[in-house]
Amino acid sequence: MSTQPRDHTTVRAFDSVSVGDVLPPQTVHVDRARLVQYAGASLDRNRIHWDEPFAKKVGLPDVIAHGMFTMGSAVTLVTDWVGDAGRVVEYGVRFTRPVVVPYDTGADIEVSGLVKSADPETKQVTVELTATAAGEKVLGRALAVARLD
Amino acid sequence: MPVNADFQGRVYPPTETYRVSAAKIREFAEAVGSADPVHVDAEVARARGYADVIAPPTFAVLIAQQCDAQLIRDPEAGIDFSRVVHGEQRFTHHRPLTAGDAVIGTLHVDAVREAGGHAMVTTRTELATEAGEPVCTATSTIVIRGGE
Repeated sequence: MSTQPRDHTTVRAFDSVSVGDVLPPQTVHVDRARLVQYAGASLDRNRIHWDEPFAKKVGLPDVIAHGMFTMGSAVTLVTDWVGDAGRVVEYGVRFTRPVVVPYDTGADIEVSGLVKSADPETKQVTVELTATAAGEKVLGRALAVARLD
Repeated sequence: MPVNADFQGRVYPPTETYRVSAAKIREFAEAVGSADPVHVDAEVARARGYADVIAPPTFAVLIAQQCDAQLIRDPEAGIDFSRVVHGEQRFTHHRPLTAGDAVIGTLHVDAVREAGGHAMVTTRTELATEAGEPVCTATSTIVIRGGE
């Protein structure tokens, strides 16, 4: 099976990118319906992500989003910018705070990205992601490495 | 400590095969809001050189968490799942997970340590095809909150 992409036309050119470049920010809206959708898709059916009485019983302020939902939706900022979701070779985050998702309003996760380093040898760039909800950082040390053309 | 420290260094036997399907990739991509057609359109995926539609970068968690369950459900490990919080997650992709892949996961318990009354367990799942081709390394740190 071939794993080396042949058609590079959709992928951002390494030469067009500089350290310090800012990626277009995105807002991810998350509500209870989205959490149920993610629970089914990911098979992570932990009740704290959809059952409000249960979440409160175990000491949470309300239903919280899956950390992996936040991680997975935040990286679309990078894959949209790169032009191919298959070009992310490394991606890691720390979960610093939960995203609380009230029934009525849901929550907005504001995601932004900054090119931290670029390696001309490998054409790989490292993007630092910032994700905040209700004014607080929800991801820490969020770094994605992508291979450009 | 709310976890058995002897588990550091333990390696679990390889899991049963997980078959990556185009339907599950589509569902996952829609759930995280990844609009790249490479997740749903095999023509687009092939034009980019992939064998079939490919998964978003965090899809591997679905398989890795099934591997982690071996440890979490192991009575000897002594982990109370209701006290578990996800602390860190990292993926290293050797290539994208692709529809049609038959994947086996091998769970390694890399570290068990204590910090501030909580236990932290770092696991690493090595995902490879049945043929032995490495696909993804997924590293996860869970925090098991200590008793109050």
